Amino acid sequence: MNDITERRLALSHMWVAFIAFILACFMGEYQVLERSGLFEALDSSTVYFASVSTHGVLMAYVLTTFFIMGFGYYTASTSLNVPIWNKQLAWGGFWLALLGVVLAAVPLLMGLASVLYTFYPPIQAHYIFYVGATLLIVGSWVWCGIMIVMFLQWKQANPGKPVPLAMFATTMNALLWLWTSAGVALESLFLILPWAFGWTDTIDVGMARTLFAWTLHPIVYFWLIPAYIAFYTLLPKQAGSYLFSDELARAAFIVLVVFSLPIGFHHLYMDPEQAKGWKLLHSVGTFIVSVPTFMTGFTVIASLEVAGRLRGGKGLFGWIGSLQWTNTMVLSVILSLLMLIFGGFGGIVNASYAMNAMIHNTAWVPGHFHLIFAGTTVIMYFSVAYYLWPILTNKPIFSNNLALVQLWTWFIGMSILSTPWHVLGLLGQPRRISSVVYNNLMTLSWKPYELMMILGGLVMLGSACLFIYVIFKTQFSATEEVFEGEVEYAETYHPVTDLPEYLNDIKIWNKVIAVLMFISFGIPILQFFFLDTYDSSAWGY
Amino acid sequence: MHIDPLEKKWAQIVLAICAFFVVVIMSDALFHSVNAPSNVETINSATLHLSKEFAEDNLGVQVDENGDITVRMVAGRYSFFPKRISVPAETKLTFRWVSIDVLHGVHIPMTNMSTMIVPGFVAEIETSFPKPGDYPVLCNEYCGLGHDHMWSKIDVVEKDQWKAPQATSMGGDEK
Ligand code: HEM
Ligand SMILES: [Cu+2]
Repeated sequence: MNDITERRLALSHMWVAFIAFILACFMGEYQVLERSGLFEALDSSTVYFASVSTHGVLMAYVLTTFFIMGFGYYTASTSLNVPIWNKQLAWGGFWLALLGVVLAAVPLLMGLASVLYTFYPPIQAHYIFYVGATLLIVGSWVWCGIMIVMFLQWKQANPGKPVPLAMFATTMNALLWLWTSAGVALESLFLILPWAFGWTDTIDVGMARTLFAWTLHPIVYFWLIPAYIAFYTLLPKQAGSYLFSDELARAAFIVLVVFSLPIGFHHLYMDPEQAKGWKLLHSVGTFIVSVPTFMTGFTVIASLEVAGRLRGGKGLFGWIGSLQWTNTMVLSVILSLLMLIFGGFGGIVNASYAMNAMIHNTAWVPGHFHLIFAGTTVIMYFSVAYYLWPILTNKPIFSNNLALVQLWTWFIGMSILSTPWHVLGLLGQPRRISSVVYNNLMTLSWKPYELMMILGGLVMLGSACLFIYVIFKTQFSATEEVFEGEVEYAETYHPVTDLPEYLNDIKIWNKVIAVLMFISFGIPILQFFFLDTYDSSAWGY
Repeated sequence: MHIDPLEKKWAQIVLAICAFFVVVIMSDALFHSVNAPSNVETINSATLHLSKEFAEDNLGVQVDENGDITVRMVAGRYSFFPKRISVPAETKLTFRWVSIDVLHGVHIPMTNMSTMIVPGFVAEIETSFPKPGDYPVLCNEYCGLGHDHMWSKIDVVEKDQWKAPQATSMGGDEK
C-alpha cells in the first residue's frame, strides 16, 4: 500500500508534539533552578508563572494530543490496512489544532495567561488563550471522528471479524477523548468564553471546577492508552513473544475507558462545593479503574517472561536477564513498568479519601504525576517514536546505542527528580510556588531536596535533547541504506476465534458511559442551578 | 472467550485488593467521620464584610456556650486573616474558611487541616492537633503572582495552658 500521506500525517503530528516537548523541558529545568533560590538573578515570579503555565500547557495538551493523533492515524491505517478516511479532513484537523496552539502560545509567552494549565476561574487570562485552547480541542475532535468512522467502516466491510486490537484500543481512546473533553468544552463555551469576552460579568466558580474535574481525571487515561497500546500490540513481537490474551486486553481497555470517566471528583476531595456522598461514589470508581492497570501489568510481565524463557532464561527470575535489553521497546517497557509500580503506590495514597488530606496540593502531587506521566507514559512515547521513525522515513535508526542511553538517562533523571519531590510534599511544601519565603524553620529541611531536583532535571533535559537528536538524525542524515520494515502487530498466544460482540463494539460502551456519567455528574452539576450560588467577578493575577 | 487460569487467579487477587481498600475507606468515612470539607454551604464572597459571621470582629477563635471552639478565617491575596491565631492542642476545632477574592487552598503542614477555599462557598472542616507547636498556615493553590507570600501562623498550645480570647456572644454556625 502506498501510504505516503499517512506517513506524512504521522510525522507532522509527532514533530509538533516533540518540538513542544523539548521547549517545555528547557522551561522545566529553568523552573527547578528558579525555585531553588540559588541564583538571585533568576528570581521573578512573573517569569516563573508564565513559564509554568506554558510548560504545563505544552506537556499536558500539546505533546500528548499531537502524539496521540499522529500515532492513531498510523495505527488505524496499518492495523486495518486501509488508507486514512478523508485525508483533507485530517489535515484540516491538524492545522486547526496547530492554529490553536499558536494562538494560545502568544499570550502565554507574553505573560498574559499565567493562569497555569488548569486555568481555574475567577482568575482570568487574555481571551485569546481560551480561544486557542478551544481550537486545539476542536481540532482533536476531527481525529476522533475519523477514527470512529474508520472503525465502523471496517466492521461493516468485515462482518463478524474481530477488529484488530490496536485499532479497537485506538477507537476506544477516541471515544474516551470525546467524552473527556466534553467537560472542559462545556466549561469553556458556556462559562469561560462569554466571561472572557466580557459578555457576562461573573462566573460560577463551583460549576467551573466541577466541569473541569469531569475532564481532569480521564484525560490522564487518554494520555496513557497509547502506552498501553504499545504494551499489548507492539512489545510482544519486539521481545520475541506473544500477546497473552487478546480478549482480556480488550476487556482492560473497555474498563479503563468506561470507569475513568465517572470518577473525576477525586480531584475535588478537598472542595466544599460537592457533598461527601458524591466524593465517596467517585472514590469507589477510582479503585475500580485500577483493576485494568493491574491486569495490564500481568499481561506485560507474562509477555516478557515468555520472551525470556524462549531466549533460554531459566529459573524463577532467570528469564529477566535473558530479555533483549538492547531492544528499545523492551527496555522502555521494563523502565515504564518500574515507574508505574512506584507511581501506583503514590496513586493509592492520592486516591484514599483520608490520606489525600496530607498531600493534597503539596509538592507530592507534581512529584507523582511527573513520575507516572512524564515517566511511565512519555518513555513509551519515546520508544514508539524509535520504533516508527525508521518505518515512517525508510531510514534505519541513527544509533540504537544512543537511543538506549537516552531511555536509561530519562529513567535515572526521573528517579533523581521525583523522589525528592515526593519527600518535599510530605515535608509540607505546597505545589505551584516560585520561591520559599515562609519565615519558618521547617523550610530549612527543604533545601537539599530542591538541590537534588536540579540535578534530576538536568539529567532529564540532557536525555530529552538526545532523543530529539536521534530522531532528527534518523530522518535527516544522508544515508544509502534503505529501511524497509512495516509495523508488526503482536500475535496472540490463543488466537481469537469467537469474540462476543461487546468486546468488538463501541456503541454499547458509549451508552454505558452515558448512563454512568449521568449518575455521577448529573445532580452534582444540576445542583448549581438550584443552589443560591454567588458568582465571582474576574480577577487579574 | 478464553481466560487463562493463572490470569483468572490474578484477577481475583486484584479484585480482593481493591475491595479491601474500598472497605477501609468507606469505614473511615462513614464510621470515623473523616473530615474532607463537603458542607456545600454558599456565601457571597463579595460582601463578606457585611455578613454577620465573617465581619472583621468575628474572625479568629471563638468558644461558644457549650465550650465548642470555632475558628473563622478569611483568605485573601496574600494572607489568611487573622494573621496569627492560637488554639489548644488535643481539642476538637471547627474551622470555617472563606475567600474574599479568588480560589485558594490552605494546608497546615504535618496535619490534615487541608481544604480548598472556593469563592462563593464556606469550607468547614473539623480536626484537632495532637502536638503543640508553631505551625505555618500555607496557601497551596495558585492564586496570583504573590502566591508564594500567602501564609499565616497558628500556635498550638498545650490544652491546659490555652486561654480563650474574650468571650463573644456569637455561637454555633449562624449566618
Ligand atoms: C526536564 C524535565 C522536567 C522538569 C525539570 C520539570 C519541572 C517542573 C516544575 C518545577 C514544575 C512546577 C511544579 C509546581 O509548581 O509545583 C512543573 C510543572 C509541570 N510539569 Fe514538568 N518538568 C519536566 C518535564 C515534564 C514532562 C516530560 C511533563 C509531561 C509530559 C511535565 C508535565 C508538567 C505539568 C503538566 C506541569 C504543570 C503542573 C501545575 O500546573 O501544577 N513536565 N514541571
Ligand atoms: Cu492563595
